[in-house]
Amino acid sequence: MTEPYVLETRNLVKEFKGFVAVNDVNLKIQKGHIHALIGPNGAGKTTVFNLLTKFLIPTRGQILYKGQDITPLKSAAIARKGMVRSFQISAVFPHMTALENIRVALQTFEGNSFSFWKSGNTLHKLNARCMELLDAVGLAEFANTTTVELAYGRKRALELATTLAMEPEILLLDEPTQGMGSEDVDRVVELVQKAAKGRTVLMVEHNLSVVSKLCDRITVLAQGAVLTEGDYATVSADPQVREVYMGSEGSGERGASEHQESAEAAP
Amino acid sequence: MNQPVNQTDIQHGILEQQRSEDRKKLMVNGVLLLLLLAAPFVMYPVFLMKILCFALFAVAFNLLFGFTGLLSFGHAAFLATGGYTTGYLLTNYSGLTTEMGIIAGTLVATLLGLAFALLSIRRQGIYFAMVTLALAQLVFFFFVQSKFTGGEDGMHGIPRGELLGVINLDDNLNMYYFVLAVFIGCYLLVQRIVSSPYGQVLKSIKQNEARAVSLGYNVDRYKILAFVISAALAGLAGSMKSVVFQLASLNDAHWHMSGEVILMTLVGGMGTLLGPVVGATFVVNVEYQLSQGPLRDWVDPILGGIFVLTVLAFRSGIVGEVQKFVKKNLG
Repeated sequence: MTEPYVLETRNLVKEFKGFVAVNDVNLKIQKGHIHALIGPNGAGKTTVFNLLTKFLIPTRGQILYKGQDITPLKSAAIARKGMVRSFQISAVFPHMTALENIRVALQTFEGNSFSFWKSGNTLHKLNARCMELLDAVGLAEFANTTTVELAYGRKRALELATTLAMEPEILLLDEPTQGMGSEDVDRVVELVQKAAKGRTVLMVEHNLSVVSKLCDRITVLAQGAVLTEGDYATVSADPQVREVYMGSEGSGERGASEHQESAEAAP
Repeated sequence: MNQPVNQTDIQHGILEQQRSEDRKKLMVNGVLLLLLLAAPFVMYPVFLMKILCFALFAVAFNLLFGFTGLLSFGHAAFLATGGYTTGYLLTNYSGLTTEMGIIAGTLVATLLGLAFALLSIRRQGIYFAMVTLALAQLVFFFFVQSKFTGGEDGMHGIPRGELLGVINLDDNLNMYYFVLAVFIGCYLLVQRIVSSPYGQVLKSIKQNEARAVSLGYNVDRYKILAFVISAALAGLAGSMKSVVFQLASLNDAHWHMSGEVILMTLVGGMGTLLGPVVGATFVVNVEYQLSQGPLRDWVDPILGGIFVLTVLAFRSGIVGEVQKFVKKNLG
């Protein structure tokens, strides 16, 4: 039984008191792809993310992960199955060191997370793996720095490293380059490329140059529904897409990320 | 670029720093222990025991508030349940040794804590506080109406009895060292919990709950465990208190008491280990000193003023401010 799609949604719907935020969305994410979810503000991209990871409960429809129906599962269970998300606002633990941030992720699989009687020193055996992960995103020298003191770009790198610590099979990245300067953007592109080896990535991204560099396949959402799907060339040539998304944006460089609506903010 | 060497160096640095922090902690704890051992020869033991019981209560509360980020406004229920249960058992079953009565009181408070937790844990912030308050009010009215508590009069003449059937607790010094031993055991337990693997998860939940969920943690279960441990220790504090004073009264069940423990924790420094101990010592002393003097009718407004001052000007409490000062000026 080989399932070509790691993640699939069937007629996914989310209604908020009469307003349909996500309307009949059918996604098929192929194993090993970097798949982008794009669309104008309010198109429902982040809502789809929240539905996939069960931070929101779908009104109707099904979510399949490796062919298995995961619609009734809870967020934490989905993460443990190997589908791990990041957030639009950088999600770190601000008053823990960079190393501790990663260690908490590694701890998920240690089976000692309820051991309130054990010494914290039992966690030191994870430190070496933490250092490897920090090194991979260029943060080794900040291992013992309290996260709140790190620059924004570094926080996002730390967040990515923490997500990777979960050894996810599919990585859900919500606007990994949002609010970054061009230097940091290049670093993130590089990191995502590295992280995507042997994995599947689904990302929401506004920056079209990032999308064109990274992504194998693109789904365009508009007003909660799928407008079109294809590779970058196909999608960017589609007149409908040009109209709703790129029409007023020219080349689309940097896109609308600066005008991100709070309505789409993470929970 | 010799990255691997670099990495191990950093790891060693982290371990070394941890060790030096552990040594500092050990020194502070050692000094405090000596002070507490000598204290009953200088001060009235019953007063010291009052401080220790409230300190334990505040330490228990702080585990939930300071380290898990959950503000319970119903902790009086556990203090009172521990006290009444122990008082009732020791008064009516003379075959029970004192420690059995205390253990039973703690267990009943623990179960009550589990019930509270299951009913409230899904609520956030102010809603969580309100649900715990409402539940604690139910418990209060139960105690008011019940015959065995003596209602408004309270429960008097609880026998202190003998520890393990051997050590006579009517002797204040014996009683003091027993209370001290229990207090130290609980304090060390909380210190251990906070630094344990479980404590790391609590920390992460407090700092960013959504992220902890996305890392695969079923956060409700972790919060429930923290709540239950906190309730158990608060119940233990109540049990000890009823034995020390040979009295269990409605005051302990009143919402006023739930407020007072918040005050103690904030004044001392929430989220620090020593903070609630210092805060309880401070509040109990202020209350006692004021009640002796011409300001005896002004205890509540003065405590209220201290509370406002703390929240406005000294956010991190006494211990927090001292830690900041030491860090700034001594390295």
